[in-house]
Amino acid sequence: MAFYVVQFLTGLASAASLFLVASGLSIIFGVTRIVNFAHGAFYMIGAYVAFTLTERLSGAFGFWGAIVIAAFAVALIGVLVEMVLLRRIYHAPELFQLLATFGLTLMVEDLVVLIWGPDDLVGRRAPGFKGAIDFFGQNIPSYDLFLIVLGPVVLGILWLLFQRTRWGVLVRAATQDRDMVAALGVNQKWLFTSVFAVGVFLAALGGALQIPRDAVHHAMDLRIIVEVFVVVVIGGLGSIIGAFVAAVLVSELNAFGILIFPKISIILVFLVMAAVLIVRPWGLFGRPEAPARKTPGLTVNPWRPLTSNERLASLAAFVIAATLPLFAGNYALTVGSEIAIFVIFAVSLHFLMSVGGLASFGHAAYFGLGAYGVAFLAKMAGLPMIVCLLLGPLLGCMGAAVFGFFAVQLSGVYFAMLTLAFAQIVWSIAFQWVSVTGGDNGILGVWPSSWAASPSHFYWLALGVAALVTIALRAMVFSPFGYALRATRDSLLRSEAVGINAKRIQWTAFVIAGTTAGIGGALFAYLKGSVFPDNLGISLSVDALVMVLLGGVETVSGAVIGAIVYKALNIWLVSQTDLSKLVLGGFIVLIVVVFPKGIVGMLEMLAQRRRKTSPPGSPLLAKPIESAE
Amino acid sequence: MKLTVQDLNSHYGPAHILFDIGFEVGEGEVVALLGRNGAGKSTTFRSIVGLVAQRSGRIMFEGKDVSARPTHEIVRDGLGYVPEERRIFTDLTVEENLEVGRQPKRPNAPHWTRDKLFSLFPNLGEMKNRPGGRMSGGEQQMLTIARTLMGNPSLVLLDEPSEGLSPKIVEQMVDAILTMKKEGVSIVVSEQNLHFARLISDRAYIIERGRICFGGTMAELDARPDIRDAHLSL
Repeated sequence: MAFYVVQFLTGLASAASLFLVASGLSIIFGVTRIVNFAHGAFYMIGAYVAFTLTERLSGAFGFWGAIVIAAFAVALIGVLVEMVLLRRIYHAPELFQLLATFGLTLMVEDLVVLIWGPDDLVGRRAPGFKGAIDFFGQNIPSYDLFLIVLGPVVLGILWLLFQRTRWGVLVRAATQDRDMVAALGVNQKWLFTSVFAVGVFLAALGGALQIPRDAVHHAMDLRIIVEVFVVVVIGGLGSIIGAFVAAVLVSELNAFGILIFPKISIILVFLVMAAVLIVRPWGLFGRPEAPARKTPGLTVNPWRPLTSNERLASLAAFVIAATLPLFAGNYALTVGSEIAIFVIFAVSLHFLMSVGGLASFGHAAYFGLGAYGVAFLAKMAGLPMIVCLLLGPLLGCMGAAVFGFFAVQLSGVYFAMLTLAFAQIVWSIAFQWVSVTGGDNGILGVWPSSWAASPSHFYWLALGVAALVTIALRAMVFSPFGYALRATRDSLLRSEAVGINAKRIQWTAFVIAGTTAGIGGALFAYLKGSVFPDNLGISLSVDALVMVLLGGVETVSGAVIGAIVYKALNIWLVSQTDLSKLVLGGFIVLIVVVFPKGIVGMLEMLAQRRRKTSPPGSPLLAKPIESAE
Repeated sequence: MKLTVQDLNSHYGPAHILFDIGFEVGEGEVVALLGRNGAGKSTTFRSIVGLVAQRSGRIMFEGKDVSARPTHEIVRDGLGYVPEERRIFTDLTVEENLEVGRQPKRPNAPHWTRDKLFSLFPNLGEMKNRPGGRMSGGEQQMLTIARTLMGNPSLVLLDEPSEGLSPKIVEQMVDAILTMKKEGVSIVVSEQNLHFARLISDRAYIIERGRICFGGTMAELDARPDIRDAHLSL
């Protein structure tokens, strides 16, 4: 019994930091509507800075002083980030904001390694809380008790701040209607900056307070951000009480899950999150949001099928690509195959995102399911390659059918988060169900049959499939189904009013996209000869998003170019520099801020401008990215 | 002139909404902007306070061109705006709603305090701690006006204050607007209801399909039933 009580208290202590970070994220989202992916990075910087300061400053005052100074210092960094980066993208679609802050996270991961080195750092114990308290033979660290008290204290302080100060009243008002707050004479800019500073302060404080409990390392940002997303989704984005309750819930699920269901402990919180999203998408303590006021579709360049010249050009590009094996070596061909596979993957997400307006943050799940499908069929059933390639993607298809059904009930940020949760569920299963999936060791020895074994043959196979998939999806854009899908994207209500079954159309699109991603994954398994849980991980999902964005969300087939450029750049960077994440992150931020239309989008715009000089100060060009939503 | 609008053009995306709008408001005057649904009254107001991104033209407020300035600065100079949709902060109490609107005292405009506003709108004084979301339409309309007055404006743009209100509340609204005028606030009020406008206004402009097509005193408007019937539904 005592053991369970101690386990419960450990859970509560973990909840404190989680609550601090989650409430910060929630506050920032409430006012700025930005889901700050970089929040985990600020948490991590808080821990690193506090580590350095506690090493330098001595004594009890030094330790606690260091924690507070660290939080303030990181809050200042946050202010800088808000003023330099976020202010430029407040009016961009949610997806761009998530990606920009994700890029920031990548940069920070490399920067902390650069500054503090790659090793885990073990910090000082907190003065006055070094020992443990005996509880019926079980030890409870006294620092845990401190954290347990701290959580509610911070909650109380935040409550007072929001209910009893003018700043709090303004923030609550801006959470509901920021334009109206401006129309009453309040400078939104500084309100946003101050809110961001408070949010980042909380995240950094959460990180700094972790150093007596845990080693500081350069991957702690991703671990916390995923948990924090779960917490804010369960509690309700924008609700501080919700963040508190959900932080406790998630921490206890973690603490007891590992005892009761050791096999599915990771999946447990994601199952709860998915359940909450399906039943109450706005979270336990959140409130349903009024549909966003959005200007009706203003796509600058209306979509059209390729002209015959453009078709010829595409064909020529394809033929040139097909001649690669005539002069390139095996390494180049393997890279070429990988790029072709990622074209398939990117095109599938692009179909869902640009045509369907559904930005999935867990698209790698279906890519990975396709890969695992092939691995199961090839290794367990021992089927020949051609059969595996045809049947393997069906696993991606089935996954997309099940998850997609629930996901399309939501939209916007919530859709993104639910798809992320589903992807994490699939990842956890692959990671923890060792007897079937091999867990972290993956499934090895998935080799192509002899007809496709040589790099040139495999390259032609991948290239051919990529071309077929791109053409098929493109044809679909201009089919009646494509028109219906675009109608649901542009206005869900109006499309339903003209008799389109919007949910079914979106579900179908989700399944098509998932199956296509599965085809990419199936080929990928054969290319690598193995399958790992990473094939369905978050970073792969984000890769796909970046490829689509880089190509241009508003374009019909920009993802093809996006995938080629991004993948080639990625492979090249990793071979050239140890700081690939820094460069890549900077690159992502740059695209979002400077080229929100992507490469193909830019080219189209230039061509359009040359064709007919648009009127000076044309309103269409004044707001470049509004229509991408 | 308190406010002079010249050659105001506004767009929503590709749609051109306002065409060369021009009108003026004298010190302490109440001017009505009359027009049917969709004529461009609200867009005119939103453009003046900078809530429409794509706009061009000159907007002179107290002798300064404010057309290139951000919304909050225009409002802080004393140009208050009461939106048609009211846009009450539903989670905030009546007092908190007023707090959001509070701005420092201004030398050239009447100073409004909570108590003064509660005597102007006695209903509000009885529900200081009620959340904005649990108020009737009439009470919300009073609150949105009171909230803007907390900023001590010298001129207020009132967007359809009588819309959807019961006759009894409309009467209170007329009294409140006349009190504001007596205190020295200049007012531009947009209306579809000519009867309401006549009770409070010195002059009127008629707007139709984004263009001003009449401007004159109320007496001049009454002398031209043809214009009235062509552009206003009664």
